[in-house]
Amino acid sequence: MSSNKKYWKSVEELNENSSIVETLRNNEFVEAIPTDEFLGDDAALSASSTTRRDFLKYVGFSTAAASLVACEGPVIKSIPYVVQPEQIIPGVADYYATTVFDGFDFANLLVKTREGRPIKIENNTIAGAKFSANARVHASILSLYDSLRLKQPKIAGKTASWSEVDAKVKASLADAKAKGGQVVLLTPTLASPSTEKLIAEFIAANPSAKHVVYDAVSSSEALDAFEAAYGERALVDYDFSKAETIVSVGADFLGDWQGGGYDAGYAQGRVPKNGKMSKHFQFESNMTLSGAAADKRFPMTTAIQKQALVKIYNIVTGSAVAVNLGKFDAEVTKAAQQLKASGSKGVLVSGIDDKNAQLLVLAINASLSSEAFTTSGTRQIRKGSNAKVAQLVNDMKAGSVHTLIMSGVNPAYSMPNNNEFVEALKKVTLSVAISLKEDETALASNIAVGTTHYLESWNDLSLTKGTYSLTQPTIRPLFAETKQFQDILLSWTGNTATYYDYLKANSASYLSGSTWNKVVHDGVFVGAVSAAAGGSADYAGAANALAQSKAVSGLELVLYTKTGMGDGQQANNPWLQEFPDPITRVSWDNYITISKADADRLKLENYNVANGGLNGSYADLEVGGTKLEKVPVIIQPGQAVGTVGLSLGYGKKAALKEEMQVGVNAYVLYKNFNNVQSVNVTKAAGDHEFACVQLQKTLMGRGDIIKETTLEVFNTQNAKEWNIQPMVSLDHNPVKAVEVDLWTSFDRSVGHHFNLSIDLNACTGCGACVIACHAENNVPVVGKSEVRRSRDMHWLRIDRYYSSETTFEGDNTKKEEFNGLFGDKGSLGGFGEMEMASENPQVAFQPVMCQHCNHAPCETVCPVAATSHSRQGQNHMAYNRCVGTRYCANNCPYKVRRFNWFLYSKNSEFDYHMNDDLGRMVLNPDVNVRSRGVMEKCSMCIQMTQKTILDAKRDGRAIKDGEFQTACSAACSSGAMIFGDVNDKESKVATLKADDRMYHLLEHVGTQPNVIYHVKVRNT
Amino acid sequence: MKKVGNHNSISRILLFSLALMLTISAKSFSQDAPAAPVAETVSAPAAAGDAAAGKALFNSNCAACHKLDAKMTGPALRGVADKYSKDWLYKWIKDSQALIKSGDAAAVKVFEENNKSVMTAFPQLSNADIDNILAYTSEVAPVAEVKKDLPGGESAGSGISNNIVLGALVLVMAMLVVMLFLVSNVLNKIAKANGIEVVEKEATMPIWKAYAKNQFLVLVTAILLLLSSAYFVYGFFMQVGIDQDYAPIQPIHYSHKIHAGDNGIDCKYCHSSARVSKNAGIPSLNVCMNCHKNISEFQGDKDSTYVEYSKEFYTAEIQKLYDAVGWDKTTQKYTGKTKPVKWVRIHNLPDFAYFNHSQHVSVAGLECQKCHGPVETYEVMKQFAPLTMGWCVNCHRETDVKMEGNEYYTKIHDELAKKYGKDKLTAADMGGLECGKCHY
Repeated sequence: MSSNKKYWKSVEELNENSSIVETLRNNEFVEAIPTDEFLGDDAALSASSTTRRDFLKYVGFSTAAASLVACEGPVIKSIPYVVQPEQIIPGVADYYATTVFDGFDFANLLVKTREGRPIKIENNTIAGAKFSANARVHASILSLYDSLRLKQPKIAGKTASWSEVDAKVKASLADAKAKGGQVVLLTPTLASPSTEKLIAEFIAANPSAKHVVYDAVSSSEALDAFEAAYGERALVDYDFSKAETIVSVGADFLGDWQGGGYDAGYAQGRVPKNGKMSKHFQFESNMTLSGAAADKRFPMTTAIQKQALVKIYNIVTGSAVAVNLGKFDAEVTKAAQQLKASGSKGVLVSGIDDKNAQLLVLAINASLSSEAFTTSGTRQIRKGSNAKVAQLVNDMKAGSVHTLIMSGVNPAYSMPNNNEFVEALKKVTLSVAISLKEDETALASNIAVGTTHYLESWNDLSLTKGTYSLTQPTIRPLFAETKQFQDILLSWTGNTATYYDYLKANSASYLSGSTWNKVVHDGVFVGAVSAAAGGSADYAGAANALAQSKAVSGLELVLYTKTGMGDGQQANNPWLQEFPDPITRVSWDNYITISKADADRLKLENYNVANGGLNGSYADLEVGGTKLEKVPVIIQPGQAVGTVGLSLGYGKKAALKEEMQVGVNAYVLYKNFNNVQSVNVTKAAGDHEFACVQLQKTLMGRGDIIKETTLEVFNTQNAKEWNIQPMVSLDHNPVKAVEVDLWTSFDRSVGHHFNLSIDLNACTGCGACVIACHAENNVPVVGKSEVRRSRDMHWLRIDRYYSSETTFEGDNTKKEEFNGLFGDKGSLGGFGEMEMASENPQVAFQPVMCQHCNHAPCETVCPVAATSHSRQGQNHMAYNRCVGTRYCANNCPYKVRRFNWFLYSKNSEFDYHMNDDLGRMVLNPDVNVRSRGVMEKCSMCIQMTQKTILDAKRDGRAIKDGEFQTACSAACSSGAMIFGDVNDKESKVATLKADDRMYHLLEHVGTQPNVIYHVKVRNT
Repeated sequence: MKKVGNHNSISRILLFSLALMLTISAKSFSQDAPAAPVAETVSAPAAAGDAAAGKALFNSNCAACHKLDAKMTGPALRGVADKYSKDWLYKWIKDSQALIKSGDAAAVKVFEENNKSVMTAFPQLSNADIDNILAYTSEVAPVAEVKKDLPGGESAGSGISNNIVLGALVLVMAMLVVMLFLVSNVLNKIAKANGIEVVEKEATMPIWKAYAKNQFLVLVTAILLLLSSAYFVYGFFMQVGIDQDYAPIQPIHYSHKIHAGDNGIDCKYCHSSARVSKNAGIPSLNVCMNCHKNISEFQGDKDSTYVEYSKEFYTAEIQKLYDAVGWDKTTQKYTGKTKPVKWVRIHNLPDFAYFNHSQHVSVAGLECQKCHGPVETYEVMKQFAPLTMGWCVNCHRETDVKMEGNEYYTKIHDELAKKYGKDKLTAADMGGLECGKCHY
């Protein structure tokens, strides 16, 4: 075992044909250092009037002057309120319950405000508030402070007053009424009972008006199917916590499928309890979060997924529709049989954009009488109809639309035929865009007016049938000349009431047994709910039709929404742009994902350059005559051969800072609102520079980083077998690595001792914690080129690993069995192979932040003692003491320390939110904004733990379990992250620490971290 | 033997010491602050009533809404007895609403002139009481005081004796100098007459040259100089950023002495958030108006020791408050035009240091004065403590944490007491000196 390792200096060296490697053999640098450029020109140097001595004098003088000036303290002004609002105490945070629904994302929230400005989104945990915030909702607080919001009404691009706008619109409405011209209100799904009532009143006042609902990312087929079967246009709200067998055919239900928000319920069933956990089969084409979490994942094209769905239908309902599954027959049959065996404990979901497929989903679940499937309390968050939107565009083209009022939609960007839409818009007599931003649609409309952000608005929402949630403002509108859509509509209907009064009056009918004030306080009210009934559908016919459906020719393009960007509404949000995609780990881009086999065939490649940055080829896409040129390519392990994935929401240009104008607009390929298209991919010239934060794809058989086992082993064997403790030799006796100690340890038995527990079984990789950490800790955004240089500042990252063999277990075995340098089991070639991910790998996520080691390697090497340990278990970082030697980062085995290479606030080079007055309003006043040249890292949210302690001291009470939280643990809706005090033996985290599945990251290093992980168990 | 005058002149030394004494005495003189002059109101003859009793009644019943010379909620009352008949006034004071309802023209007029604010009925006052009050209101206004040029201009009390003693001393010294000079002259003359020659001083080597030649001395001096300059340079750099005694001029001259000292207002009445928040908070102006709605001019108190500023000055400062908050004194109404006050912040902790007032005020129960000094004696607010980390840490090392009766500490106290073997624990014992407790 002595010499089975090959050492290399860079990944480049492994590439045998590299010219760089050849050059480096002979020269020190690949390119000659251009010294001549600045020293060679004698004439220019001697012509300068500044001599070297003069130069030194200037430097000396300016340094001395600068230091003298710095000795004078600035005069700081302090301006108190003239009349202090009753509820505001400077320095104390207020929380307001509210609800968000922007047509795409929805959640029940608590908004933290300080001195009247909202600074953080938290989950509302009151009973009845079931939807928690995802990464985008957490980031939406920054979109409130977007400096590029539409601040004033504009008529034909020129600033105008509200009275002019009102006059113009009212005249146009009157004109339409007189002439019988069509008036159209185009909105996304509203799910707001009061707004819908208001729209009905508007239509009553303008008889020629109609309301068209347009969802940028459509769920129309599923809605059509449910409407046909149950007589109600809604989506099923699945309860995955009740399912023991989950079969997903192309549904990324941990992502944005039918609105998402299923992680909490899913994670409940994924943590082994009493030897049981749910089993999850996933049939899909793109590698998704759901696929990554699945026990069994089968990459297949959508065409085969349809066959698979019919096959499952056959088995569950006992039908016999002819299907052709090819090589997948055995696996699909096995999954279907297990589903059927689970009976009411099984559930099937599908994301295929096809009414027949969605009908089969209903049929299968009904046949199983699945407990996870219920027709009561349906989701109201998607209502859009593809047919009606298509009809509208045709009407516009025909010139029959007189007045078009658009609110909260951006069809000029998000319509597949967006150019056609813009042309058609010119035929409309008066087009009005009510929008947060001066986006593509606002620019193309006659009138553009700014509306309020949801944090500035009143509204009611019925996200699921039977619940009634309120949206309340947490700040006055930042821009006085913006108005809420409902207020605008009230005034155009001729109603002088404010929307608040209207809403309050209207709410009474929904609040039986509760009061307005209570619902404003709670944010949500749960009323009685009845199951949808009525309607009927021909399931057998649907199955036959689906089985007959033809595969697309050529490659299949599968469009999806990225965890970080969604439908693209928040494209100007730097947090979301810099958020690395959980699967590809690429930030600041969208790209096509393609399987290795297809990439090789098309000569598309990915490679790393000298500074570690990832480069990829460009490809041109063509879908039915529409071309999308120069789309970057990522080779995606697990991508079904014959498919490519591409995310929507990028490639926006209007009302975006220059840095955010990244990616390509995939909506133009979203033809007929179908997420599967036939595409022609060809290689294009040039290479794309990605900002990818994780360059290593696999674990290289290092099973101690992510410990994995199967449910069978977990249930039958001793913990020692599957949670192997690293051993070292002490006095020639093997002892546990954690027990060997050079140092005397701190006494942590008194007071609090914080631990953060992360359950790899419950973590779905959703990334809500990453954004919550950004918001809580004033983490700066550094931009694409800095991320590419591995200078990203995320305090919390979610590492994603692929297995190199089909399973991680296979990797471990392969590494164990290396024998000698060469041959089949030779390590020389073997390690090279292990760097490559498998074609259909297992995937594991691991959130990594500062591990707060009890024996921290960073602390011992700091020359100025800027980082030191506390007896509460937190590793402290005193920024004002740090001199930036970066020894600590070099000595950290977890690579969690981040260095401020530049000043990221008030610096025009980094023109993100910290560079404008508005964007800085989101900063947390309890946390430092770090300056250039200092190291920073996760503090285990010490400002939050301290606040809990200080509040308890002030109230004179002991602290209960659950009071201690970090930003990430509070944001984690799946329950993967639990934070608390292990000295409180009753606490949840103390129980988790004593659990058999508990292990520390890189335990053999002996750092004794205060972050603990739980072995991932797969139900294979 | 030659008689050599070793010292140049005794007279010179004497002159020098005199100058020294004068400076010292001048300094001590300037430090001597005289007591405040308080003018007694000139009393006017009472008009069919006891003005003194009237004053007491006025203060307890009427002063909440009326002043003698200025409009408040109600009109100014000086000379009210001349404007209305006594019978009318009896009726009005006992039940003004009844009078208004009866349609009395004068009553309705008064009611409307004063924003229709209803005057409290005083049926308990007898006619005699009202007579007394009217006697008080009929007193002639005191003549405006002659403005004094200098607070210490009028020498009074101990100031007088000090000056005299000092003057006498100076005189004695001067006489002594003259005498010495004369004696010296006489002696010279006698010497001349006796034929003794006073030898002029021999030209010796100048002392600086001798000094420069002595290398040891030069070395010692150089070392001393270096050390002392190092001391001062170190001292200079150590005080950079430390603003102890920083007392900037504020946009409104707010005297903590008058408010917290003379009037004994609790600190936390105005700085209320100190109890619950990390910020003590500069009070918002509506808090000022709780009292200043009724206190529109500076009255001063007999025992008050204000001297540096006149009544008019303080009243003008109150006017500044009214301008800022938008209060119209004459109509007794808010105008709605506000100009927030831009105070100069005195205590500036850097961003990287976390400090929480409520922990010190509510949990520890510290007096504000512990860190802010005797604020109730400050005419102009200043920074009392250095606010350095050493200062914080010292206190956390020395002060016992107040744990009794606080349930949070129950468990921790028992454990720590066992660990350290003592009953009283400091913040340092509890880990209060760890970097991250204040820096994050």
